[in-house]
Amino acid sequence: MRHLRRWALNGAAAVALGYILMPLVFVVWLAFFRQEIPSFPPDGYSLKWFAAILDQRKFVDGFRNSLQVGVLATAIGLALGVPAALCLARRPFRLRTPVASLLLMPLIVPGVVLGTSMYVFHVELENGLDVDVLGTFYALVAGHIVIVIPWVVRLVTASLAGLDRATEEAAQNLGANPWVTFWRITVPAIRPGIVAGALFGFVTSFGNLEMSLFLVGPGRTTLPIVILQYLEWKIDPTIAAVSVVQIVLIGGAMLITDRYVKLARVV
Amino acid sequence: MARLDLEKLSKRYGDFFAVRDVSLQIADGEFLVLLGPSGCGKTTTLRMVAGFIEPSDGAVRLGGSDVTVLPPWKRNAGMVFQSYALFPHLSVAQNVAFGLEMRKLPRADIERRVEEALALVRLTGFGGRLPRQLSGGQQQRVALARALAIRPDVLLLDEPLSNLDAKLRQEVRVEIRELQRQLGLTTVMVTHDQEEALTMADRLVVMNEGAVRQVGSQRDLYERPADRFVAGFVGRSTFLDGAVEAPGRFRTDGGLALACAGGMPGRAALALRPERVEIAPSANTNMSGLDNSLPGTVEFVSYLGALIDIHVRLSPQDRLVVQIANRDGGFAPDVGQPVQVGWPAAAGLVFNE
Ligand SMILES: Nc1ncnc2c1ncn2[C@@H]1O[C@H](COP(=O)(O)OP(=O)(O)OP(=O)(O)O)[C@@H](O)[C@H]1O
Ligand SMILES: [Mg+2]
Repeated sequence: MRHLRRWALNGAAAVALGYILMPLVFVVWLAFFRQEIPSFPPDGYSLKWFAAILDQRKFVDGFRNSLQVGVLATAIGLALGVPAALCLARRPFRLRTPVASLLLMPLIVPGVVLGTSMYVFHVELENGLDVDVLGTFYALVAGHIVIVIPWVVRLVTASLAGLDRATEEAAQNLGANPWVTFWRITVPAIRPGIVAGALFGFVTSFGNLEMSLFLVGPGRTTLPIVILQYLEWKIDPTIAAVSVVQIVLIGGAMLITDRYVKLARVV
Repeated sequence: MARLDLEKLSKRYGDFFAVRDVSLQIADGEFLVLLGPSGCGKTTTLRMVAGFIEPSDGAVRLGGSDVTVLPPWKRNAGMVFQSYALFPHLSVAQNVAFGLEMRKLPRADIERRVEEALALVRLTGFGGRLPRQLSGGQQQRVALARALAIRPDVLLLDEPLSNLDAKLRQEVRVEIRELQRQLGLTTVMVTHDQEEALTMADRLVVMNEGAVRQVGSQRDLYERPADRFVAGFVGRSTFLDGAVEAPGRFRTDGGLALACAGGMPGRAALALRPERVEIAPSANTNMSGLDNSLPGTVEFVSYLGALIDIHVRLSPQDRLVVQIANRDGGFAPDVGQPVQVGWPAAAGLVFNE
């Protein structure tokens, strides 16, 4: 009976895992097909689609744009999210619960809704302030910060639970002012949460399509948008190759991060 | 090292006084212990000295200068936390060096003083380990070394031994005490463990409900408790409730007439130390040398090894605990046995209500 239950459980897990992995496996497979129109079984295999990525400037530009936006949004998201998490975990203020939910909201709100509201906001801002907002690089970054913050807040909050507050008091007792205490004691203790928050925030920003669609200006399209636009007129394995590159980069980042902080423990 | 003075120190949370009007003078090199039941304000008092809690009223003077409003990092107080609070990401040596780095000492001095501090707590050679690679007792000693390395004006210990097992606790008690004497450290320790307090302190402070009830030596507290609370908290006492009829005459609510020393007429309690009361089998009632001699019945016996506690019923309202040494051929009471108990008038302490 025990055996049966174990088998059923393992079986269910395997099915779920296979279900998640199937599209990934197909995309990776497709990227190596020789023929232009995907069909099964493939005529043969080739690496030419990876070379084709570099021939198309829009992919390279899109990749660079996404990288720039992601890095900047993550940096600013950390600067805002870490103090917010500390505040939420420690200062007992009256609106704590609603504020905490609000900070996590962008994880739940559909990207289209987020994009629409941000678009409207930018229009109003532009009209009100009489400066360029819509479609600028900084407006796009500002939008992405909103989707980075929830990850930082969530993961830093989780790692704060493992911090003994007495260690901060001990540091102060030994002569460290609050600033030194923060950098020398608090930050090292919550580093796993910061690293994981930054990683997930960056990945979210890098892969974001829906919200970015509303915010990008001409010539500043991010990689997901480039992919979408390409798909609108052509389906060939180039797209699959682009996806493989993304999967490899993100997977690599996760593996490297995992060597320093055990992601499974904070997420 | 320096002297420490607390002047009418209070801490209020709303209407509730966590600490009320605490005044204490701790001499240079003295080991003072704050003793009291849970929630009596010991930690709050200690944290006001360390600077983690701002007093609502009163002053803290360290070495003659007023530090009441100084933040913790500007006071030279070394604290050992109950949880030790070692920095988990730093090695033992880095933990001990932390306070010295904050004082911007030259690298070479820091290394020398870290070695010294580790040697003091017998942890030479452990500098490279991380805190989680140490036993509880070793972690406790690192915490102590870290506090000592900065050469604090005052050493503050908040229940430093409560996370150690009973046997280790006894050893560490002696170690801390010897180190404190050797270095001449002005020390304030908080504990709710009586035995710990009695074995370590030069002087004790008994607190209850935020206030100081008595300050004195072990002997003062035990022989001359200031009030009923102290008599019950330090050592053990049985209390007989009743009234003083005239100085020297006490009548219990159960109707027993007893001789006592002093006391003012009115409602009062008579406190008796269990080991100051004599007991004998009823047949042998030769207690004529004692001011009080009464018949009773053994109601309960608890065998403690070296000692035996005997609960004796004197009247429907009055019950007394007598403690005797467990000697070969000594009195071996049985439940229900009639006995005779007695004590000199001076052994009973009267606390008027
Ligand atoms: N921040 C606070 N707000 C309100 N009341 C508090 C606060 N901190 C402490 N108290 C109260 O003050 C009283 C004294 O607390 P304190 O921690 O000093 O007790 P203690 O003597 O150290 O007890 P223990 O032996 O259990 O550690 C307690 O009744 C506690 O509930
Ligand atoms: Mg306490």
